[in-house]
Amino acid sequence: MATQIGLDRVRALMARATGDEKHEESSTSTLDALWVLYDRVLRTTPSEPRDESRDRFILSKGHGPTAYYAVLAEKGFFPEALLDGFLESGNPLGSHPDRNQVPGVEASTGSLGHGLALGVGTALAIRAKRLRDQRVIVLCGDAELNEGSNWEAIMLAAHLGLSNLTLLVIDNHSSSIAMGPWEAKLSAFGWSAVVVDGHDQAALEEALSFRTVGPNAVVADIPEGEW
Amino acid sequence: MTDMRAQLARTATDLVVTDDRVAVVLAEISVDRFRGAIDAAPDRVINVGIMEQALVGVGAGFAMEGFHTIVHTMAPFLVERPFEQVKLDFGYQGLGGTLASVGAPYDYGTEGGTHHSPGDVGVMLTVPGAEVLVPGCAEEVDALLRRTYANGRLTYLRTSVSQNDEAFDVASGRLEVVRRGSRATVVAIGPVLTRTLAACEGLDVTVLYTPSVAPFDAAGLAANVGVDPLIIAVEPFYQGTLVPVLAEALRHVPARFASVGVPRRFITSYGTLEKHDRELGMDPPGIRRRILAALDEAA
Repeated sequence: MATQIGLDRVRALMARATGDEKHEESSTSTLDALWVLYDRVLRTTPSEPRDESRDRFILSKGHGPTAYYAVLAEKGFFPEALLDGFLESGNPLGSHPDRNQVPGVEASTGSLGHGLALGVGTALAIRAKRLRDQRVIVLCGDAELNEGSNWEAIMLAAHLGLSNLTLLVIDNHSSSIAMGPWEAKLSAFGWSAVVVDGHDQAALEEALSFRTVGPNAVVADIPEGEW
Repeated sequence: MTDMRAQLARTATDLVVTDDRVAVVLAEISVDRFRGAIDAAPDRVINVGIMEQALVGVGAGFAMEGFHTIVHTMAPFLVERPFEQVKLDFGYQGLGGTLASVGAPYDYGTEGGTHHSPGDVGVMLTVPGAEVLVPGCAEEVDALLRRTYANGRLTYLRTSVSQNDEAFDVASGRLEVVRRGSRATVVAIGPVLTRTLAACEGLDVTVLYTPSVAPFDAAGLAANVGVDPLIIAVEPFYQGTLVPVLAEALRHVPARFASVGVPRRFITSYGTLEKHDRELGMDPPGIRRRILAALDEAA
């Protein structure tokens, strides 16, 4: 019940951030997964967003960030009032997140296909720091995975055995080219992969909490029209 | 004489050993030269294979976690192929790191135009805040890498096969006055100094030297030009790349500019570095011929 109340609050916060309606479906299709991550999976300290012991999350696609901003605001990374000034000059909340302006944002993204390689580097870095429990979770869209740079990173992460790296794909079926079958494709690259209902929070939590010996992927399926 | 590439590996390896916040990311190129670094710190010296977008992105990921990252491969595959990763992952995110290249402008002369990169410096100058350093010899590679690797800025460090006979103290970043004259001020960048001095034999010109294209010592240039100055850049990259930098440095002074650089055309022939230098007017006789033309034109 508490988490449902929290999610309802996030939806209300999202409604305050207007002006990026062209990316509304991109945003709403990430909502359940983002909420599960920040409410039940990621270990973060909103008052110290760069605390070393945190788990790292990268919104690789960058597009449609209002759900992301609303979740961060609900969790206390920055004042909710900033959402009222979304996209306005002088407000740090733009249509693509900026790590140097928004507390809690790990990477400045928006140009598609950058976040997963950044995530691989981050996973290597926290491994080099001997931070054994910390995780890196990178969210990509299904169409974003058209970008070849992602497949470089996917190949590399498996080669390096990055068990601290999780790829969360929001498959809202926006890709013009067929991307599936996800499990077979990602498994062929050496990843563990599972497809879950992108609105099933229990399934998302279970899948996102699961640790594997190498990199793993969770594909959150959002059928067309159910964004 | 130690070559710049060997020095780069040697200095970077030393930094890996002495500073546990140094990470090196490679893309197959020079892996054998970094074997000692890999053995010393396998978790911080990573060979990603032949994937240059990942090369730069992974380097930036290390930098996001506070590491001083040295990213290395051949110039066209470090700067031009993954340029958006350079621009955004490092530049836009405000992350420090060293992009250390080999091969520019056409060191791999027999490999053809796919392996040439005379445009790398011009490309890197479009990244706001980036340092662009073109050392003239191995000693300068060592000094510049040690000076910049942890300074929090994005630095492009361009090593090459050609070297000068003499190393300069490059720590200050100031233009070095190598010789004085009155008809023009020749600014030699990086490894073309020795041949520029040979080209200027008997000519009444000042010769200045720097490996630092950005930041550029504007005050040093202004202090070493006369009235109605003619500035001639000798630049081991595309001709004219340096002119906007020089013009900005002398924006309060009426001045004329000329450039002796790599002609702006694709190099479609094969051969040694020396052969390319000769055909492109970048050997001592060619540089002299082009400087004399600039002097005649200005007379």
